[in-house]
Amino acid sequence: MSWIKDIVDPQARQWEEFYRNRFQHDKIVRSTHGVNCTGSCSWQVHVKDGIVVWETQQLDYPLLESSLPPYEPRGCQRGISFSWYLYSPVRIKYPLIRGVLLDAYREEKQKANGDPMLAWANLQANKEKRKSYQKARGKGGFRRTSWDEVNEIMSIANIYTAKKHGPDRVIGFSPIPAMSMLSYASGQRFLQLFGGVNLSFYDWYCDLPPSFPEIWGEQTDVAESADWYNAKMVVDIGANLNMTRTPDAHFFAESRHNGTKTVVCAPDFSMVSKFADQWVPLHAGSDGAFWMAITHVLLKEFYVDKQVPYFIDYLKKYSDTPFLVKIEKDGSAHKAGKLLRANELEEFKDIENGDWKFIQIDDKSGSFVVPKGSVGHRWDKQETGKWNTKLENSIDNKEYDPKLTIIDKKDDVLLVSLDEFGLDNKALRGVPVKYVTTTSGEKVAVTTTFDLLLAQYGVGRGLEGAYPKDYSDKNAAYTPAWQEIFTGVDAKTIINIAREWGNTGEITEGKCMVIVGAGINQWYHQNLMYRAASMALIFVGAIGKNGGGMNHYVGQEKLAPVDSWGTIATGKDWGGATRLQQGPLWHYMHTDQYRYDGLTSKYNAVPDNEMTKNHMADDIFKSVRMGWMPHYPQFKTNTLDLSKEAIKSGAKDDKAITQYVLESLKNKKLEYSIADPDAEENFPRVWYIWRGNAIGGSMKGQEYALRHYLGTDDSIIAQDQTRTKEVKWHEKAPTGKMDLIIDLNFRMDSSALYSDIVLPSASWYEKADINSTDMHSFIHPLSEAVPPCWESKTDWEIFSNIAKHTSEVAKTHLPGVHKDIYTSALAHDSEDEIAQTDMKDWYKGECEAIPGKTMHKISVVERDYTKIYEKFITLGETARTAGVGAHGNKVDIKEQYDEMLESYHYPTETIDGKKYPSLKKDVSAINAILHLSSLTNGKLSVQAYENAEKKTGLVLADIAAGQKDVHYNYANLQESPKRYNMSPVWSGLMEEGRAYSAFTYNVEKMVPWRTLTGRQHTYLDHDMYFGFGEHLPTYKPSPKPEVFGDLTETMKTNTAKVLSCLTPHGKWHIHSTYMDNPRMLSLSRGKEPCWISEADAKEMNIHDNDWVEVINDNGIYATRAVVSSRIPKGVCIVYHTIERTLGAPISQERKGKRTGGNNSITRVRLKPNLLAGGYGQFTYHMNYWGPVAVNRDAHVIIKKMTEVII
Amino acid sequence: MDVRSQMSMVFHLDKCLGCHTCTVACKNIWTDRKGAEYMWWNNVETKPGTGYPTKWEDQEIYKGGWEKSGSGIELRGAGKRKGLLNIFHNPNLPVIDDYYEPFTYKYLDLIESPLQDVQPVARPVSLITGKPIDIKMGPNWDDDLSGTPDFARKDPNLKNLSPAEQEAMFQLEKMALYYLPRICNHCLNPACVASCPSGAIYKRGEDGVVLIDQTKCRAWRMCVTACPYKKTYYNWSTGKSEKCLLCFPRIEAGIAPACMHSCVGRIRYLGVMLYDADMIEKAASSDDKDLINSHLNIYLDPHDPKVIAAAKANGVADSTIAAAQASPIYKFVKEWKIALPLHAEFRTLPNLFYVPPLLPVMASVSEQEKSSTPQLNPIAKNWDDKWLYDTSLDSIFGTIDDLRMPLKYMANMFSAGNEDLIADKLKKLMAIRIYRRHKTVGDISAEKSATALRNVNLTEAQAEAIYNLTSLAKFEERFVIPAAHREQAIEMIESTADVKGSTGFGFLAKPARGL
Repeated sequence: MSWIKDIVDPQARQWEEFYRNRFQHDKIVRSTHGVNCTGSCSWQVHVKDGIVVWETQQLDYPLLESSLPPYEPRGCQRGISFSWYLYSPVRIKYPLIRGVLLDAYREEKQKANGDPMLAWANLQANKEKRKSYQKARGKGGFRRTSWDEVNEIMSIANIYTAKKHGPDRVIGFSPIPAMSMLSYASGQRFLQLFGGVNLSFYDWYCDLPPSFPEIWGEQTDVAESADWYNAKMVVDIGANLNMTRTPDAHFFAESRHNGTKTVVCAPDFSMVSKFADQWVPLHAGSDGAFWMAITHVLLKEFYVDKQVPYFIDYLKKYSDTPFLVKIEKDGSAHKAGKLLRANELEEFKDIENGDWKFIQIDDKSGSFVVPKGSVGHRWDKQETGKWNTKLENSIDNKEYDPKLTIIDKKDDVLLVSLDEFGLDNKALRGVPVKYVTTTSGEKVAVTTTFDLLLAQYGVGRGLEGAYPKDYSDKNAAYTPAWQEIFTGVDAKTIINIAREWGNTGEITEGKCMVIVGAGINQWYHQNLMYRAASMALIFVGAIGKNGGGMNHYVGQEKLAPVDSWGTIATGKDWGGATRLQQGPLWHYMHTDQYRYDGLTSKYNAVPDNEMTKNHMADDIFKSVRMGWMPHYPQFKTNTLDLSKEAIKSGAKDDKAITQYVLESLKNKKLEYSIADPDAEENFPRVWYIWRGNAIGGSMKGQEYALRHYLGTDDSIIAQDQTRTKEVKWHEKAPTGKMDLIIDLNFRMDSSALYSDIVLPSASWYEKADINSTDMHSFIHPLSEAVPPCWESKTDWEIFSNIAKHTSEVAKTHLPGVHKDIYTSALAHDSEDEIAQTDMKDWYKGECEAIPGKTMHKISVVERDYTKIYEKFITLGETARTAGVGAHGNKVDIKEQYDEMLESYHYPTETIDGKKYPSLKKDVSAINAILHLSSLTNGKLSVQAYENAEKKTGLVLADIAAGQKDVHYNYANLQESPKRYNMSPVWSGLMEEGRAYSAFTYNVEKMVPWRTLTGRQHTYLDHDMYFGFGEHLPTYKPSPKPEVFGDLTETMKTNTAKVLSCLTPHGKWHIHSTYMDNPRMLSLSRGKEPCWISEADAKEMNIHDNDWVEVINDNGIYATRAVVSSRIPKGVCIVYHTIERTLGAPISQERKGKRTGGNNSITRVRLKPNLLAGGYGQFTYHMNYWGPVAVNRDAHVIIKKMTEVII
Repeated sequence: MDVRSQMSMVFHLDKCLGCHTCTVACKNIWTDRKGAEYMWWNNVETKPGTGYPTKWEDQEIYKGGWEKSGSGIELRGAGKRKGLLNIFHNPNLPVIDDYYEPFTYKYLDLIESPLQDVQPVARPVSLITGKPIDIKMGPNWDDDLSGTPDFARKDPNLKNLSPAEQEAMFQLEKMALYYLPRICNHCLNPACVASCPSGAIYKRGEDGVVLIDQTKCRAWRMCVTACPYKKTYYNWSTGKSEKCLLCFPRIEAGIAPACMHSCVGRIRYLGVMLYDADMIEKAASSDDKDLINSHLNIYLDPHDPKVIAAAKANGVADSTIAAAQASPIYKFVKEWKIALPLHAEFRTLPNLFYVPPLLPVMASVSEQEKSSTPQLNPIAKNWDDKWLYDTSLDSIFGTIDDLRMPLKYMANMFSAGNEDLIADKLKKLMAIRIYRRHKTVGDISAEKSATALRNVNLTEAQAEAIYNLTSLAKFEERFVIPAAHREQAIEMIESTADVKGSTGFGFLAKPARGL
């Protein structure tokens, strides 16, 4: 073996120091990445010679239960490539401003003798100059400038806008606070102290699953990934765990070796499919049909053919299925109506909040029961402590047994008309009813929700009507054979999976899990798909169980210490009112995408009635005046002027001012901005973007934004569609609405490229911040491994400086105390949940206009623009008096606030002789959040549960007993990962290392869900839901391209093959971040390509790596083709998000235009019924409720490029 | 018996996510510099696919590894003998097109571009020439079945599969993919060492790590040809070849190599194996059908008193013997026999073993009768394909016979063509799932569970142990790193009393360029 050289001699091996030297480093700092990946991974950032050289994962997570695999290591290929950005050529090192704007401003300033305010006013008044710098947006010509100069321009623009148009024309967009809570809070705190507007993001990104508020009254609450391991059967739909939950996917892989069955539904052979026992390639977007059929089999075999005690017991306790629902006459047949209200029965007619309490039947006595725990009990004032789901009659506190079905005690069987939208059929099916006499003397038929559901799912029990013959009945919803039409999956597969699902649920008491992601949530009918899957979980008792649940992972929405953070982020500590805008409808209106949309009933299968004939824009206008949805700007009139007008007309106090505003609205003298969004007075004017790619990655209908917001080039060929009726229609839509766009960034992304001012911000290894996720139960710090590079500053410092300059400018240009009129929508987790029993429109005189009841709320807020900075850097006293809270829970923090004033360890600021806790430094603000949250301060955890006891009448404080001494500060988080406390703000129980699983608190402690009945809702009885046919779980088909309208103009000149364009989350980027770094570019194909099937490629004569244009009416982008056998025919996949900045060629199709990103082919389309408000869980809260900006139904044509000019 | 210790690895492919975090961890620390751009000491390949450099497994092209020659073996391509005859011309070297031309983008144009009529973009440029580049290849070009017609369908492992069998691998009902992460195998019979005319490549005596001495390398590049795994790379800037170090500076500090540390799929295991160096030549020369067996026989039982005595006699430290006894590699490879080497037929006796992956069960596709389909809602999208996909099963996980991906294909990679050997590993994985299902749910009977284990010769205790190390293992169980005893190495050069105070002082000088 002469050739093998085993060398031991160290002398001969001294050269080995070559590599040893490279590995030596000076320190390791704990940080993470703020990138909305949901990872929240703890990293070791290695620093050598003062330079960040590389990162590897931390390995010191505490272990959870001994039966669970450890969390370590967490981190992925993207996170580990981050350090490139710090010193990269794409780094923003200095403040930048577009030369055209700077020149014009300087010129005006010179003309105005150095007066910046006059200069800005004149520049805005000069239409030509304004247009010329708008036209230059996105076209290069940046100049390095100074912090002084940009601070001057920004602060002048702020005050100018507040004075001229109103503060609610200054807008901020920053997404996903959980990824860097303090950075998010910086801009929001400034804007809310200013009276500006923050746009929502979770719904705008289409990450919000409206089915969660629909069913559970919850924004989103899911299991941490360790709990996947507890599941015994998992169906993964549209969540490509390997790619998108990379640090967590091992739990899924590992669970299989513990005997867990896995099924993956995805149209392509996605990466997670390799872990499946069964891969089910459903047609893209047909998952709803799959789940409806699964539930059909479950109901038949586990509820009718046999009865499973665990399932029945679960339904009785935790679902709305035993509640009575009215069956109403409808022509010759009947239809499902509203839930029977307690006050409709003589015996309960006088109880408090009787409109908001509901009825069940006691199986033993047969008498009516008003169960505890309904929303009415939540807001009862006379008799409290009955908001719980114990099986007790709220009238006499006696136990009862809910009657699930009345089939054995029925008075009659009525034929109820049920819509099936896939085949567009109406079926009449027999439903057992009982007759009751209501207070109005009417004889009303009622049934249980359970009985109604069986009819809806087509599970006959010998009842008359059009029930399916058997599983093979193709014509009847929702049989396994019926779903074949939509999914392409054999009925045998459905029956097989449903039986395994039911058996597993029965044996394990609910360890059946759905893991779901953006692949499903971004379809137009996502709420229905999610509801369909959720029903299959509820019917096997899998919600609120470890190893069970509807686990939706789309967006890093879980900000653990939300109670104290919310107060600091929104400036509520200074008593202000918050202008938090529902993003999707705002962009839909202000980018003028509504003009290109027309009637939603063209592509949304709906029943034929008056409600479904409206234009979405008109529905939005209605939702705003009804108080369902917020909209800013509020009025055509500047809200600061409006109060002056009121005072001038004689209003002496705030109440009178409010009255004046109400009267002006009633007599229509005061116009809503939403009624005329294209009028100049109603434009949004100044836009701050930070921590997000608002113009790039997240701008659905990007080309519309370029046209209507920015006033620069676009490649739209879509035309105006159906006109609005109530919203004023302008013959020509305005372009270039925005005066000034500011982007804070560490890299030149698409948003920075199109902004007027780009501010260099510190990256995630250069600042202090905190980060949490729903994937695990720890809070992680971001830390300063090196100080902010070049001239960059932390977001906290940047907005603090903007506040300072703005306050300075106000001393001259907007001094004194101003009264700002503030309108807001009816709010979730408040008494507003019981505001509207019906949809009467005061604006049309159908009812009286009562703020907070039949319409939005109106109030008066005082603003002193000279004091914004002082407020920004201190924690205001309102926090002390009002406490902090979230999700309907409150804690008193007087003791903790005073401690911050008295203890040497907390810095303070003295303003006008009064001492306040200081928030001046980022670390001080973080420590304030941690000190004041029930998640990180054990005393407050205990207090929060004690407060919950009062409302519920339950024993809960013992949950927190063991956490009382837990008290974290920022330095503690830097030492090692810390698991946060249990708090009623969240719904999972985590004692003794138990994995967090949503709603275990509700199930085990009998705490109601925040819904109408306090139970999980299978049935949604809002009028909007009846109107749009979504009151019962149902299936609506994906719209075909001809009706969706993405290709109307394109197909006039083209004959190419139409493909469904899917944009799931990709492997080499987190949204747009990381994709531009050479590491990810090298490991991918140097660009995010367009994946097509081998068959389609052949048909279109496209070869692997050819350049192609992806085209529709909304716009265009160009990329390389990837031909792959794992892509199904008829579909193309472009993993979002494509930046416009990397090698995008000039378009051949839209000649001379620069091709865009994947958002260039999308357009916002909204679902009207998601506007509903003032009604239980259908009540607004930012990022909780409202229409979401879907993008998955897009269709395109693909053309090979013959000439590529970059 | 010549007992030595060797750092060895197991990659559990059933758990691999294909995320490439390992790749980037390695790249960031070791090859993020001029001349090393195209080096991917760790890479992850999609199978089926052609890997990096493309078709590296095809030794008809690259002439890597050993071939049998009479009763012994010789290097297939560039040996010292063959190499010296051909020292200035090595025809079997992979060229830049087999790798790719490394590239970046001209990012500064975004910030510095003057005002234009259209939006500026950053253009791709070559990292070698600095000129604009049309990107046509990359180190991971066929990731996730990218470019199936040109890559996956040309995978060298498809040999022996009929055209119909090959075609089936790309059809809906039978297609699948899995990932193959690769680093240097730190072979017992390394072709690179044997091929180096300069004697620059050696195995470290204490741990078997194979290194290229950066002061001795003279850029003959015979190692590039000789390594059948194509895991040595020529640095065009320094003029030296480089390769995976198994992160020896980290191992010496008692921490796992960067690729293993960063493996979020938790698929990697590292530990010591004791082996008998006397058996190498015979094992490497054995017949094809005996290759794997004789390879695995080289590794010794670290609990065997005879082995321990021989190891001690050879100067193997007690701490190393203890580490060998706790080695997860020994368990996977020798005790449980569920891991196999990659391409044993290359005869380098690699020290990296793979647990093969379970994959979804096959489905069947029939034609949906569209004529009997009811009329759709006029709004509804109508999929004009006609297939009806059925993946229903008789048992909850299906069986090995139902799995996607022909055994023949996997056998070409992991068992020198022996399908039974692959099936045996997969059956064991399945038996453990059945056993754990029985334990945790109970819808599989005790009898069925016992039969499943019995059929693959596993006891319940073994099944539990495999399950624990597969799913629940903590970091320190996955990586059992023996003490490096660096103090002993230093002692051979200077007084250890002086070392503490002088460590790290000195000037760093670049080694001279090789050519």
